[in-house]
Amino acid sequence: MSVTSVAAYDFPPKDGADKFPAPLLYIGWEDHKMFCAPFCVPVPPATKFGDFVTDALPGMFSPHPDFKHIDWNKTEWFLSGKPFKPDMGKTMVENGVGHKSVVRFRTPGLTGLGNSCF
Amino acid sequence: MDMKASKKLGLKERYTLMTRDLAWTPTYQAVKDVFPLTEYEGIKIHDWDKFEDPFRMTMDSYWKYQAEKERKLYAIIDAFTQNNGHLGVTDARYINALKLFLTGITPVEYMAHRGFAHIGRQYPGAGPRVACLMQSLDEIRHAQTQIHSLSNYNKYYNGFQNWRHQHDRVWYLSVPKSFFDDAVSGGPFEYIIAIGFAFEYVLTNLLFVPFISGAAYNGDMGAMAFGFSAQSDESRHMTLGLEVIKFILEQDPANLPIVQAWIDKWFWRGYRVLTLVAMMMDYMLPKRVMSWKEAWEIYAEQNGGALFADLARYGIKVPKGWEQACKEKDHLSHLAWNTFYSYGMAAPFHTWAPSEKDMEWLSAKYPDTFDKYYRSLWTHYAREQAEGRRYYSTTLPMLCQICQIPMIFTEPDDPTKIAYRESDYKNIKYHFCSDGCKSIFDLEPGKYVQSWLPVHQIHQGNCFPSDVDPGKPGFNPLAEVLRWYRISDGIDNRDYADSPDKQNFETWRTQATGN
Repeated sequence: MSVTSVAAYDFPPKDGADKFPAPLLYIGWEDHKMFCAPFCVPVPPATKFGDFVTDALPGMFSPHPDFKHIDWNKTEWFLSGKPFKPDMGKTMVENGVGHKSVVRFRTPGLTGLGNSCF
Repeated sequence: MDMKASKKLGLKERYTLMTRDLAWTPTYQAVKDVFPLTEYEGIKIHDWDKFEDPFRMTMDSYWKYQAEKERKLYAIIDAFTQNNGHLGVTDARYINALKLFLTGITPVEYMAHRGFAHIGRQYPGAGPRVACLMQSLDEIRHAQTQIHSLSNYNKYYNGFQNWRHQHDRVWYLSVPKSFFDDAVSGGPFEYIIAIGFAFEYVLTNLLFVPFISGAAYNGDMGAMAFGFSAQSDESRHMTLGLEVIKFILEQDPANLPIVQAWIDKWFWRGYRVLTLVAMMMDYMLPKRVMSWKEAWEIYAEQNGGALFADLARYGIKVPKGWEQACKEKDHLSHLAWNTFYSYGMAAPFHTWAPSEKDMEWLSAKYPDTFDKYYRSLWTHYAREQAEGRRYYSTTLPMLCQICQIPMIFTEPDDPTKIAYRESDYKNIKYHFCSDGCKSIFDLEPGKYVQSWLPVHQIHQGNCFPSDVDPGKPGFNPLAEVLRWYRISDGIDNRDYADSPDKQNFETWRTQATGN
């Protein structure tokens, strides 16, 4: 039983993909906890991964002084914590990124303010 | 006719006559129809009369005691108000701790009142029923005295005016709100373990002592008075929580695993809510009482450790998340304050970067972690602010499905890495800040798939005033969410340095202390 209850208890989830204008994506930058938590943004499934990187990431992460030093060719990517190599020319869906996926990126050599991982 | 004076009743007789003797076994209806919620959680009670109320208080003496406390409390509040006591606090940054209290804690006092009224009705035993009735009344009294005490500040400072409206809407308030909603939607046994034991017994000192001593240290007699007025009630609540858990465990050996699972769950739920207290202690009080770490060591590690050693004879173990909570004591407050600093637009109180002097204190209290991990962050923010770039995050954060706090917590053994946990349930992914929150979800996923997560609700378009059209050009989602929250941008929120509160306080205090 999925809930201890007095009677049958079966209700739809509050956050199914159909409730949002576009699937949600969670995105976090490793070793940069100045951004206190990963961000949560709706991303249309047909968005190319590369376009997301160039168009959406600066608005979120550019306030950090490390951002301008990122070498995107050396960036390591993780999907649900596992290493993955996104194809920048393909869409989110084609890259296996779906509703409520967690994407994280690590930028080797950049470890935050005073190397504090912030 | 001659008056016949009867002998005054002894305490025990009075208690029996006025509590247990008032109960009866129904005959027109089956007992299980009158008390329909006592079996489904799996707890077995064989003899309700075995519950011993340690206080043996009767309603008439309860009213007498409480009335006396109320008289004293309101005399102090009146004196404080009439003497412009608010101008005597250390500085107006302190008042933000009160806004956090009023928006976050007072509404859950009211929920505690409702919860205890509900379970009091549901218990077939007269002893616990009367004890729950009294606690229910205590809780509504606490809510009321807090509202009355803090209403004085509402006359002079911003951010107090919409606490009730905000409690059901604002992102960080979903943390205490969902905690209590989770508890009251459990059965009567889970509720009393959750609130009566895990919260009132194990964790309450970590909530009340910091706020009330904080009030005392910072010259706030009003808030201090309601704290003291609640103190004797709190000790009664703690005793009730402990007596109930012992009673349940003594009734049937099959109760142990159920109770242990609730202790694991509710310790972790309550501990996560206390994240707000940790940052209040270390960052919001101009004059600090002790650090979160010190409070944790005294009230949790020492007192809680002794409690669980005592309960070991029933087979109860230390809650599952205990070790991790102890590891986090060095980090909790810093991570939390960064969150409020970053999202300082969306809370109805002010935030600020700690001063150089504040950082000296933090460094002394957190010798192993502050300089190593956290100092550069605050130095950076202060520099940015000095150059006119006060950092506010405008992208919404990812939240934990259970505690509903942004995913700020780090791996227990690596403070540089944010902890990510996830579960799949019916083809949807759910995310958690910790093993503790993940295991709460995994036990009852059908409950938590319905969590009202503020960030997701904003993205679903449910957090805008009804008069706006998100499809229209020029639609500003952040401004509309603030309007829906009833936060006046630039007045109730953002940095303390730029606030009308700061300016007013300084002006009034100057007027009060010179020509």
